[in-house]
Amino acid sequence: MNFIKKTFDKARPAFNEGGKLKSLRSVFEGFESFLLVPNATSQSGVSIHDAIDSKRIMSMVVIALMPAMLFGMYNIGYQHYMAAGLQGGLMEMFSYGLLALLPKIVVSYVVGLGIEFVVAQYKHEEIQEGYLVTGLIVPLILPINCPLWMMAVAIAFAVIFAKEIFGGTGMNIFNVALIARAFLFFSYSSKMTGDDVWVAKESILGLGKDLPDSFTCATPLAEVGSGNVTASLNDIIVGLIPGSVGETSVVAIALGAVLLLWTGIASWKTMLSVFVGGGLTAALFHATGSTPLEWYEHLVLGGFCFGAVFMATDPVTSARTEGGKYIYGLLIGVIAVLVRVLNPGYPEGMMLAILFMNLFAPLIDYCFVQRNISHRTKRAKANNR
Amino acid sequence: MIRHIKLKKGLDLRLKGQAALSFSTLPVEGTYSVMPDDFYGFKPRPVVKEGDSIKAGEPLFVSKDCPELKVVSPVSGHVSAIVRGERRRLLSINVEASAQQEHKSFSCSAATADDIKSLLLEAGLFAFIRQRPFDIVANPQDTPKGIFVTAFSKMPLAQDFSFALKSEEEHLKAGIKALSTIAKVSVGISPEQEETLAPLLDDADVYVISGPNPAGNVGVLINHTDPINKGEVVWTLGAEEVLFIGRLLKEGKVDLTRTLAVAGAEVKKPAYVKTLIGAPISALLKDNLHRTEHIRIINGNPLVGIKTDINGHLSARATELTVIPEGDDRDEILGWIMPRLNDFSTNRSYFSWLQGRKKIYNLDARIKGGERHIIMSGEYDRYLPMDIYAGYLIKAILTADLDRMEALGIYEVAPEDFAVAEFADSSKLELQRIVRQGLDLLRKEG
Repeated sequence: MNFIKKTFDKARPAFNEGGKLKSLRSVFEGFESFLLVPNATSQSGVSIHDAIDSKRIMSMVVIALMPAMLFGMYNIGYQHYMAAGLQGGLMEMFSYGLLALLPKIVVSYVVGLGIEFVVAQYKHEEIQEGYLVTGLIVPLILPINCPLWMMAVAIAFAVIFAKEIFGGTGMNIFNVALIARAFLFFSYSSKMTGDDVWVAKESILGLGKDLPDSFTCATPLAEVGSGNVTASLNDIIVGLIPGSVGETSVVAIALGAVLLLWTGIASWKTMLSVFVGGGLTAALFHATGSTPLEWYEHLVLGGFCFGAVFMATDPVTSARTEGGKYIYGLLIGVIAVLVRVLNPGYPEGMMLAILFMNLFAPLIDYCFVQRNISHRTKRAKANNR
Repeated sequence: MIRHIKLKKGLDLRLKGQAALSFSTLPVEGTYSVMPDDFYGFKPRPVVKEGDSIKAGEPLFVSKDCPELKVVSPVSGHVSAIVRGERRRLLSINVEASAQQEHKSFSCSAATADDIKSLLLEAGLFAFIRQRPFDIVANPQDTPKGIFVTAFSKMPLAQDFSFALKSEEEHLKAGIKALSTIAKVSVGISPEQEETLAPLLDDADVYVISGPNPAGNVGVLINHTDPINKGEVVWTLGAEEVLFIGRLLKEGKVDLTRTLAVAGAEVKKPAYVKTLIGAPISALLKDNLHRTEHIRIINGNPLVGIKTDINGHLSARATELTVIPEGDDRDEILGWIMPRLNDFSTNRSYFSWLQGRKKIYNLDARIKGGERHIIMSGEYDRYLPMDIYAGYLIKAILTADLDRMEALGIYEVAPEDFAVAEFADSSKLELQRIVRQGLDLLRKEG
């Protein structure tokens, strides 16, 4: 402990104003506050503080993402080995997936955090932790075959134009990870959707084998349009189906959901109403014959669960009033299924539903806050009469 | 008539070093100091010079805007210093206490509201009355729509008013009676006080408020009984300050004795001390501290009190003096991911929820995180038991949007109402300072 403190104390002068490395000050401070709790004490206001801070909150979300990420790695390997007709052990498949996904996670953090560091340095602020979550979510909501450079471009776009120009974490209107995904979806749609992108095709460090370019494999949700779903409900819930890296396993996502709800970091109101909205809409469409899928199949397929648990509940971009959270969540569920069923071109609707509702969250909140305001105005008028 | 109010929002926090229910008396000696900053919104003009002799109850400074509004000396003696800061701002007036204490006597045959008002003004007790909106010293020209007092506090380490009241029941009765001639008086009491206190409060509306901190804040009482609208004024008063009024009426002299809770983890024997306001803190804490370095002495409780030091003086409004570890000598590695079993958090990613509500914590003054934009939603609302969207109000203040502040109910709040939210805030914003800034801005512009 003393060693760490001494190292930082020794290095500090170089990073201070006028020091040799002053342009890296924000990086230095970022690392220092990461390793050592700053012992700054309050000067005004309350003299004691809760131990919670945004570092803790963001790391809880990262921990909640772990099951989905680990299962995603395994599933990358599993899908590849299945497609290649290879026999492989659990560890072998997992290692394959790890090697396929790791570069994406590294690139995502390097690009995103790099921008964060530069902005923090420029604005003379502390580095904000928000990107720790975004940086992990982005690789998890992309197909495994999305090229690294595309992801890097999308992340740079999203972090700069969806977050930093609004003022950083806490000020953004749209979910940053979804903006990155939407950017890729509209700019390079051939790499984001279709039957070509869901299964890794190369052998990595001797694991797996190269698949022919002509190999394709559709996600179950895409199969709905063309005919029958081949995967069993069991596989769908466990997650052994092709899809974006982190979205496939309902079980792994549920583990994350438990942690988020237990710590209160995600709002149960939002999460529950997304499922309710999606379930009801799907049941309605199923009853009218517009979709062959049962309501519960809609909820477990595609990105619905991942979106409901990790992205709809993003506290910054979701509705901020307690009543508003119900409406916000409900409409996400409704729109997601609506897009899935009524839009012939694209099988998934979760991303668009959440982005769309991000846009409307302030309006929902406005109604609730305005109700409080008009209540107060009325009271004042009644009293002054 | 007694009515009950049940609250759910808020947070009770138990800190180490709760004052034991026994008291000693601090002898009147040394330098006493009265600070205009304790009378917020008051522009002071000294009416004494250094070296003047003064009796207890004679004015030290008056308001520039309203000269009949006075602040008086708690002790008799001679004025030893008039301390000024930057741009000659008056910081404090110090009085060296004489061995023989003399009190100015007042005739207290007052019966009408105007008599009472002028008596309180003359005796310097009016300056203890605060008004809302703005949470500043009340203006004697106003006619308040009500006077609100709470007789309990749920703040950590707070004074137990029931204990302070022992053998002063008559003073409380007299004080409330006098105030009720000016306007309707509402008193908030805790369920434990219902049997002992309610019978003394014939001249007031009594509300029994149950719920966690900040249930004892007077703002919560106002919001739930008679919320303030634009253009209205209410007055608020600490319960012990009602005793000051009672003593004046019964004994004909100004007696600013408080039953002060000296509490906190760094105090050897936390207990009550009967002392006059402005007493030297060094005397109050003499031989009663575990250590002298890396501690924080607070005029008031750890949530709303103001940081001071051993050379400071007891604030005129503080009902407790607390000493907690400063924590600036602690280095914690990777604290944000550790279990931190001895730390308290409202968030279940820590384990305070496992340890029950009875657990007593020893918290230091570290902020334990960096300041961020508001990220989590609803965090402030959870600790503000009022019909107010706290997060939106804070944002309106930060953007200096006067109309919106007004619309969202800033007239109903005081900085102290946001203390619990500020404690629990994961973005570590200084909510009390922000609210004060908003109130000041509105007062200046309005």
